[in-house]
Amino acid sequence: MADTPIFDTLRDAIEAEAPVALATVTDGPGRGEKLLVLPDHDSMGSLGNADLDRVVERDMLGELAAGRTGIRHYGAEGQAREEVVAVFIESFAPPPQMVIFGAVDFTAALVKVSKFLGYRVTVCDARPVFATPQRFPTADAVVVDWPDRLLKEIGDSLGERDAVAVLTHDAKFDVPAITSALQTDVGYIGVMGSRRTHDDRTGRLVDAGVGPDGLERLRSPIGLDLGGRTPEETAISIVAEIIALHTGRSVQALRDTDGPIHR
Amino acid sequence: MKELLNDVDRWKKQGKDIAVARVVDLDGSGPRLPGAAMAVSSDGEVAGSVSGGCVEGAVVAEALDVIESRDRRMVTFGYSDDEAFAVGLTCGGTIHLFIEPLDW
Repeated sequence: MADTPIFDTLRDAIEAEAPVALATVTDGPGRGEKLLVLPDHDSMGSLGNADLDRVVERDMLGELAAGRTGIRHYGAEGQAREEVVAVFIESFAPPPQMVIFGAVDFTAALVKVSKFLGYRVTVCDARPVFATPQRFPTADAVVVDWPDRLLKEIGDSLGERDAVAVLTHDAKFDVPAITSALQTDVGYIGVMGSRRTHDDRTGRLVDAGVGPDGLERLRSPIGLDLGGRTPEETAISIVAEIIALHTGRSVQALRDTDGPIHR
Repeated sequence: MKELLNDVDRWKKQGKDIAVARVVDLDGSGPRLPGAAMAVSSDGEVAGSVSGGCVEGAVVAEALDVIESRDRRMVTFGYSDDEAFAVGLTCGGTIHLFIEPLDW
Protein backbone atom coordinates (compact mmCIF):
# COMPACT_ATOMS: atom_id res chain seq x y z
CA MET A 1 0.00 0.00 0.00
CA ALA A 2 1.49 3.33 -1.12
CA ASP A 3 1.66 6.41 1.11
CA THR A 4 -1.49 8.49 0.80
CA PRO A 5 -0.64 11.96 2.20
CA ILE A 6 -3.47 13.85 0.47
CA PHE A 7 -6.06 11.24 1.39
CA ASP A 8 -4.82 11.19 5.01
CA THR A 9 -5.12 14.97 5.30
CA LEU A 10 -8.58 14.86 3.69
CA ARG A 11 -9.67 12.14 6.11
CA ASP A 12 -8.40 14.09 9.14
CA ALA A 13 -10.23 17.23 7.98
CA ILE A 14 -13.48 15.35 7.35
CA GLU A 15 -13.28 13.66 10.74
CA ALA A 16 -12.55 16.98 12.44
CA GLU A 17 -15.53 18.46 10.53
CA ALA A 18 -13.25 21.14 9.07
CA PRO A 19 -14.18 22.53 5.64
CA VAL A 20 -11.97 21.07 2.90
CA ALA A 21 -12.09 20.78 -0.90
CA LEU A 22 -10.41 18.24 -3.18
CA ALA A 23 -9.74 18.80 -6.89
CA THR A 24 -8.93 15.90 -9.22
CA VAL A 25 -8.07 16.11 -12.92
CA THR A 26 -10.52 13.68 -14.50
CA ASP A 27 -9.70 14.43 -18.14
CA GLY A 28 -6.84 16.06 -20.04
CA PRO A 29 -3.10 16.21 -19.24
CA GLY A 30 -2.24 15.08 -15.71
CA ARG A 31 -5.32 12.91 -15.22
CA GLY A 32 -5.50 11.91 -11.56
CA GLU A 33 -3.44 14.89 -10.29
CA LYS A 34 -4.84 16.40 -7.09
CA LEU A 35 -5.04 19.64 -5.19
CA LEU A 36 -6.34 19.74 -1.62
CA VAL A 37 -7.43 23.08 -0.15
CA LEU A 38 -8.25 23.92 3.46
CA PRO A 39 -9.23 27.57 4.04
CA ASP A 40 -6.47 29.44 5.92
CA HIS A 41 -3.95 26.62 5.35
CA ASP A 42 -1.35 25.93 2.66
CA SER A 43 -2.75 23.80 -0.14
CA MET A 44 -1.41 20.29 -0.83
CA GLY A 45 -0.56 18.67 -4.14
CA SER A 46 -0.70 20.14 -7.63
CA LEU A 47 -2.69 19.71 -10.83
CA GLY A 48 0.57 19.90 -12.78
CA ASN A 49 0.72 23.62 -13.57
CA ALA A 50 1.20 26.51 -11.12
CA ASP A 51 -1.18 28.86 -12.95
CA LEU A 52 -3.86 26.18 -13.16
CA ASP A 53 -3.38 25.51 -9.43
CA ARG A 54 -3.87 29.19 -8.63
CA VAL A 55 -7.11 29.50 -10.63
CA VAL A 56 -8.54 26.21 -9.41
CA GLU A 57 -7.69 26.98 -5.77
CA ARG A 58 -9.63 30.23 -6.01
CA ASP A 59 -12.61 28.39 -7.55
CA MET A 60 -12.39 25.66 -4.90
CA LEU A 61 -12.74 28.19 -2.09
CA GLY A 62 -15.86 29.58 -3.79
CA GLU A 63 -17.37 26.14 -4.37
CA LEU A 64 -16.59 25.14 -0.78
CA ALA A 65 -18.32 28.21 0.64
CA ALA A 66 -21.40 27.34 -1.43
CA GLY A 67 -21.15 23.61 -0.60
CA ARG A 68 -21.07 22.71 -4.33
CA THR A 69 -19.47 19.65 -5.94
CA GLY A 70 -18.99 19.19 -9.69
CA ILE A 71 -16.78 19.32 -12.79
CA ARG A 72 -15.26 22.57 -14.12
CA HIS A 73 -13.23 23.02 -17.29
CA TYR A 74 -10.05 25.07 -17.82
CA GLY A 75 -7.25 25.69 -20.28
CA ALA A 76 -3.93 23.96 -19.57
CA GLU A 77 -2.81 27.04 -17.60
CA GLY A 78 -6.15 27.73 -15.99
CA GLN A 79 -7.67 29.81 -18.80
CA ALA A 80 -11.41 30.34 -18.62
CA ARG A 81 -13.65 29.35 -21.57
CA GLU A 82 -11.27 26.55 -22.59
CA GLU A 83 -11.88 22.84 -22.13
CA VAL A 84 -8.41 21.28 -22.13
CA VAL A 85 -8.60 20.05 -18.54
CA ALA A 86 -11.65 18.71 -16.69
CA VAL A 87 -11.34 19.14 -12.92
CA PHE A 88 -13.71 17.50 -10.46
CA ILE A 89 -14.03 19.78 -7.43
CA GLU A 90 -15.47 18.11 -4.38
CA SER A 91 -16.56 20.21 -1.39
CA PHE A 92 -16.65 18.75 2.07
CA ALA A 93 -18.57 21.36 4.03
CA PRO A 94 -18.99 20.84 7.77
CA PRO A 95 -22.30 19.21 8.70
CA PRO A 96 -25.32 21.50 9.10
CA GLN A 97 -26.36 22.35 12.64
CA MET A 98 -29.60 21.53 14.41
CA VAL A 99 -30.13 23.50 17.62
CA ILE A 100 -33.01 22.19 19.74
CA PHE A 101 -34.40 24.25 22.59
CA GLY A 102 -36.24 22.28 25.24
CA ALA A 103 -35.15 18.92 26.67
CA VAL A 104 -38.44 17.02 26.31
CA ASP A 105 -39.55 13.65 24.88
CA PHE A 106 -39.88 15.13 21.40
CA THR A 107 -36.30 16.31 21.70
CA ALA A 108 -34.92 12.78 22.08
CA ALA A 109 -36.66 11.69 18.86
CA LEU A 110 -35.60 14.82 16.96
CA VAL A 111 -31.99 14.31 18.08
CA LYS A 112 -32.09 10.79 16.62
CA VAL A 113 -33.51 11.67 13.21
CA SER A 114 -31.32 14.78 12.95
CA LYS A 115 -28.21 12.67 13.56
CA PHE A 116 -29.49 10.19 10.97
CA LEU A 117 -29.67 13.06 8.45
CA GLY A 118 -26.12 14.17 9.28
CA TYR A 119 -26.73 17.21 11.46
CA ARG A 120 -24.47 18.35 14.26
CA VAL A 121 -27.02 18.49 17.10
CA THR A 122 -27.07 20.79 20.14
CA VAL A 123 -29.75 20.43 22.83
CA CYS A 124 -30.27 23.43 25.11
CA ASP A 125 -32.51 23.80 28.17
CA ALA A 126 -32.14 26.00 31.23
CA ARG A 127 -33.18 23.15 33.56
CA PRO A 128 -30.14 21.06 34.59
CA VAL A 129 -32.34 18.09 35.61
CA PHE A 130 -33.59 17.64 32.05
CA ALA A 131 -30.63 18.78 29.96
CA THR A 132 -28.26 15.86 30.57
CA PRO A 133 -26.07 13.93 28.13
CA GLN A 134 -27.57 10.72 29.57
CA ARG A 135 -31.01 11.66 28.24
CA PHE A 136 -29.62 12.59 24.81
CA PRO A 137 -26.64 10.30 24.34
CA THR A 138 -26.34 10.90 20.58
CA ALA A 139 -26.45 14.72 20.77
CA ASP A 140 -23.13 16.38 19.98
CA ALA A 141 -23.63 18.90 22.78
CA VAL A 142 -26.11 19.25 25.66
CA VAL A 143 -26.06 22.77 27.09
CA VAL A 144 -27.66 23.96 30.32
CA ASP A 145 -28.37 27.61 29.61
CA TRP A 146 -30.95 30.10 28.46
CA PRO A 147 -31.66 30.05 24.72
CA ASP A 148 -30.77 33.68 24.17
CA ARG A 149 -27.41 33.25 25.89
CA LEU A 150 -26.53 30.18 23.81
CA LEU A 151 -27.52 31.94 20.60
CA LYS A 152 -25.46 34.98 21.56
CA GLU A 153 -22.52 32.59 21.62
CA ILE A 154 -23.16 30.43 18.52
CA GLY A 155 -25.71 32.49 16.53
CA ASP A 156 -23.10 33.86 14.12
CA SER A 157 -22.24 30.32 13.00
CA LEU A 158 -25.83 29.60 11.88
CA GLY A 159 -26.69 29.89 8.17
CA GLU A 160 -29.09 28.80 5.46
CA ARG A 161 -28.41 25.06 5.90
CA ASP A 162 -28.91 25.13 9.69
CA ALA A 163 -32.07 24.74 11.77
CA VAL A 164 -33.43 25.85 15.12
CA ALA A 165 -36.29 23.88 16.69
CA VAL A 166 -38.04 25.38 19.71
CA LEU A 167 -39.81 22.54 21.49
CA THR A 168 -40.26 24.01 24.97
CA HIS A 169 -43.81 25.34 24.43
CA ASP A 170 -43.33 27.45 27.52
CA ALA A 171 -43.53 31.17 26.77
CA LYS A 172 -40.78 32.03 29.22
CA PHE A 173 -38.28 29.95 27.18
CA ASP A 174 -39.95 30.21 23.75
CA VAL A 175 -39.99 33.97 23.42
CA PRO A 176 -36.27 34.60 24.11
CA ALA A 177 -35.35 31.56 21.96
CA ILE A 178 -37.40 32.82 19.01
CA THR A 179 -36.42 36.47 19.23
CA SER A 180 -32.72 35.55 19.37
CA ALA A 181 -33.02 32.97 16.58
CA LEU A 182 -34.64 35.66 14.40
CA GLN A 183 -31.47 37.75 14.80
CA THR A 184 -29.40 34.99 13.13
CA ASP A 185 -29.29 33.92 9.47
CA VAL A 186 -30.54 30.42 10.33
CA GLY A 187 -32.53 28.90 7.44
CA TYR A 188 -35.26 27.22 9.49
CA ILE A 189 -36.94 28.20 12.74
CA GLY A 190 -39.63 25.74 13.82
CA VAL A 191 -41.71 26.29 16.94
CA MET A 192 -43.81 23.61 18.63
CA GLY A 193 -47.22 24.08 20.15
CA SER A 194 -50.94 23.68 19.59
CA ARG A 195 -52.86 26.20 17.51
CA ARG A 196 -53.92 27.88 20.77
CA THR A 197 -50.34 28.01 22.08
CA HIS A 198 -49.29 29.38 18.71
CA ASP A 199 -51.88 32.19 18.84
CA ASP A 200 -50.97 33.08 22.41
CA ARG A 201 -47.25 33.02 21.58
CA THR A 202 -47.72 35.15 18.48
CA GLY A 203 -49.25 37.83 20.71
CA ARG A 204 -46.29 37.66 23.07
CA LEU A 205 -43.82 37.84 20.20
CA VAL A 206 -45.55 40.93 18.82
CA ASP A 207 -45.36 42.46 22.32
CA ALA A 208 -41.62 41.61 22.31
CA GLY A 209 -41.21 43.65 19.11
CA VAL A 210 -41.28 40.89 16.44
CA GLY A 211 -42.67 42.31 13.18
CA PRO A 212 -44.57 40.61 10.34
CA ASP A 213 -41.35 39.59 8.53
CA GLY A 214 -40.12 37.85 11.67
CA LEU A 215 -43.42 36.05 12.21
CA GLU A 216 -43.42 34.98 8.55
CA ARG A 217 -40.02 33.33 9.01
CA LEU A 218 -41.36 31.06 11.77
CA ARG A 219 -42.61 27.55 11.05
CA SER A 220 -45.25 27.53 13.76
CA PRO A 221 -46.83 25.18 14.61
CA ILE A 222 -43.77 23.15 13.65
CA GLY A 223 -43.78 20.34 11.08
CA LEU A 224 -45.69 18.99 8.12
CA ASP A 225 -49.30 17.87 8.43
CA LEU A 226 -48.52 14.14 8.39
CA GLY A 227 -51.06 13.31 11.06
CA GLY A 228 -48.58 11.43 13.26
CA ARG A 229 -48.74 11.64 17.05
CA THR A 230 -45.72 10.01 18.65
CA PRO A 231 -42.47 11.90 19.31
CA GLU A 232 -40.82 9.86 16.54
CA GLU A 233 -43.56 10.65 14.01
CA THR A 234 -43.43 14.30 15.01
CA ALA A 235 -39.65 14.33 14.53
CA ILE A 236 -40.10 12.98 11.00
CA SER A 237 -42.68 15.67 10.23
CA ILE A 238 -40.19 18.32 11.41
CA VAL A 239 -37.22 17.12 9.34
CA ALA A 240 -39.52 16.52 6.36
CA GLU A 241 -40.58 20.16 6.62
CA ILE A 242 -36.91 21.22 6.61
CA ILE A 243 -36.18 19.12 3.50
CA ALA A 244 -39.23 20.53 1.70
CA LEU A 245 -38.20 24.08 2.66
CA HIS A 246 -34.74 23.55 1.14
CA THR A 247 -36.08 22.03 -2.05
CA GLY A 248 -39.02 24.42 -2.35
CA ARG A 249 -41.41 21.52 -2.90
CA SER A 250 -45.13 21.40 -2.32
CA VAL A 251 -44.98 18.16 -0.30
CA GLN A 252 -47.58 16.11 -2.08
CA ALA A 253 -47.23 12.34 -2.29
CA LEU A 254 -45.20 11.14 -5.30
CA ARG A 255 -48.13 9.07 -6.55
CA ASP A 256 -50.23 12.25 -6.79
CA THR A 257 -47.62 14.10 -8.87
CA ASP A 258 -45.79 13.41 -12.12
CA GLY A 259 -42.38 14.26 -13.59
CA PRO A 260 -38.96 12.95 -12.64
CA ILE A 261 -38.36 11.86 -9.03
CA HIS A 262 -34.82 13.29 -8.93
CA ARG A 263 -34.46 16.82 -10.27
CA MET B 1 -16.56 9.89 1.23
CA LYS B 2 -17.12 10.13 4.97
CA GLU B 3 -18.82 6.73 5.19
CA LEU B 4 -15.81 5.06 3.54
CA LEU B 5 -13.14 6.32 5.91
CA ASN B 6 -13.27 3.60 8.56
CA ASP B 7 -13.20 0.75 6.05
CA VAL B 8 -10.47 2.36 3.96
CA ASP B 9 -8.35 2.92 7.07
CA ARG B 10 -8.73 -0.72 8.05
CA TRP B 11 -7.83 -1.97 4.57
CA LYS B 12 -4.79 0.32 4.49
CA LYS B 13 -3.60 -1.08 7.84
CA GLN B 14 -4.05 -4.57 6.43
CA GLY B 15 -1.82 -3.56 3.50
CA LYS B 16 -4.54 -4.01 0.87
CA ASP B 17 -4.63 -2.09 -2.39
CA ILE B 18 -7.71 0.07 -2.82
CA ALA B 19 -9.62 1.74 -5.65
CA VAL B 20 -12.00 4.67 -5.14
CA ALA B 21 -14.94 5.32 -7.50
CA ARG B 22 -16.64 8.70 -7.35
CA VAL B 23 -19.71 10.04 -9.14
CA VAL B 24 -18.37 13.14 -10.90
CA ASP B 25 -21.25 13.97 -13.23
CA LEU B 26 -24.86 13.10 -13.86
CA ASP B 27 -27.15 13.41 -16.92
CA GLY B 28 -30.86 13.35 -16.28
CA SER B 29 -32.22 11.58 -13.26
CA GLY B 30 -29.87 9.75 -10.91
CA PRO B 31 -30.11 8.42 -7.39
CA ARG B 32 -26.84 9.83 -6.03
CA LEU B 33 -25.31 13.25 -6.62
CA PRO B 34 -21.73 14.02 -7.68
CA GLY B 35 -19.45 13.24 -4.74
CA ALA B 36 -21.10 9.91 -3.92
CA ALA B 37 -18.22 7.49 -3.48
CA MET B 38 -17.44 3.83 -3.17
CA ALA B 39 -14.20 2.09 -2.24
CA VAL B 40 -13.17 -1.45 -3.21
CA SER B 41 -10.30 -3.41 -1.68
CA SER B 42 -8.06 -5.82 -3.58
CA ASP B 43 -9.99 -8.60 -1.80
CA GLY B 44 -13.26 -7.36 -3.28
CA GLU B 45 -14.62 -5.80 -0.08
CA VAL B 46 -16.88 -2.81 -0.70
CA ALA B 47 -17.70 0.39 1.24
CA GLY B 48 -20.13 3.14 0.24
CA SER B 49 -22.26 3.31 -2.89
CA VAL B 50 -22.60 5.30 -6.10
CA SER B 51 -26.19 4.52 -7.10
CA GLY B 52 -29.25 2.90 -5.61
CA GLY B 53 -27.62 -0.49 -6.05
CA CYS B 54 -28.11 -0.51 -9.83
CA VAL B 55 -24.48 -0.46 -10.96
CA GLU B 56 -22.45 -1.38 -7.86
CA GLY B 57 -21.68 -4.89 -9.14
CA ALA B 58 -20.21 -3.55 -12.37
CA VAL B 59 -18.27 -0.88 -10.45
CA VAL B 60 -16.62 -3.55 -8.30
CA ALA B 61 -15.41 -5.34 -11.44
CA GLU B 62 -14.05 -2.07 -12.91
CA ALA B 63 -12.42 -1.15 -9.58
CA LEU B 64 -10.64 -4.50 -9.29
CA ASP B 65 -9.36 -3.99 -12.83
CA VAL B 66 -8.13 -0.50 -11.84
CA ILE B 67 -6.30 -1.94 -8.82
CA GLU B 68 -4.66 -4.49 -11.11
CA SER B 69 -3.73 -2.10 -13.96
CA ARG B 70 -3.10 1.09 -11.87
CA ASP B 71 -4.96 2.79 -14.71
CA ARG B 72 -7.42 5.58 -13.73
CA ARG B 73 -10.47 5.91 -15.91
CA MET B 74 -13.87 7.50 -16.49
CA VAL B 75 -16.70 4.98 -16.66
CA THR B 76 -20.23 5.82 -17.76
CA PHE B 77 -23.35 3.89 -16.87
CA GLY B 78 -26.67 4.63 -18.47
CA TYR B 79 -29.32 3.41 -20.82
CA SER B 80 -29.04 3.63 -24.59
CA ASP B 81 -30.37 1.45 -27.43
CA ASP B 82 -27.07 -0.22 -28.26
CA GLU B 83 -26.37 -1.17 -24.69
CA ALA B 84 -29.88 -2.15 -23.73
CA PHE B 85 -28.62 -5.35 -22.18
CA ALA B 86 -25.66 -3.77 -20.40
CA VAL B 87 -25.78 -2.59 -16.83
CA GLY B 88 -27.82 0.60 -16.42
CA LEU B 89 -29.77 2.73 -14.02
CA THR B 90 -33.40 1.84 -13.54
CA CYS B 91 -34.25 5.52 -13.24
CA GLY B 92 -33.13 6.20 -16.81
CA GLY B 93 -30.27 8.61 -16.12
CA THR B 94 -26.56 8.40 -16.89
CA ILE B 95 -23.81 8.59 -14.28
CA HIS B 96 -20.17 9.32 -14.95
CA LEU B 97 -17.73 7.75 -12.51
CA PHE B 98 -14.04 8.43 -12.05
CA ILE B 99 -12.33 5.29 -10.78
CA GLU B 100 -8.73 5.41 -9.60
CA PRO B 101 -6.30 3.63 -7.32
CA LEU B 102 -5.89 5.13 -3.84
CA ASP B 103 -2.26 6.12 -4.34
CA TRP B 104 -2.57 9.80 -3.42
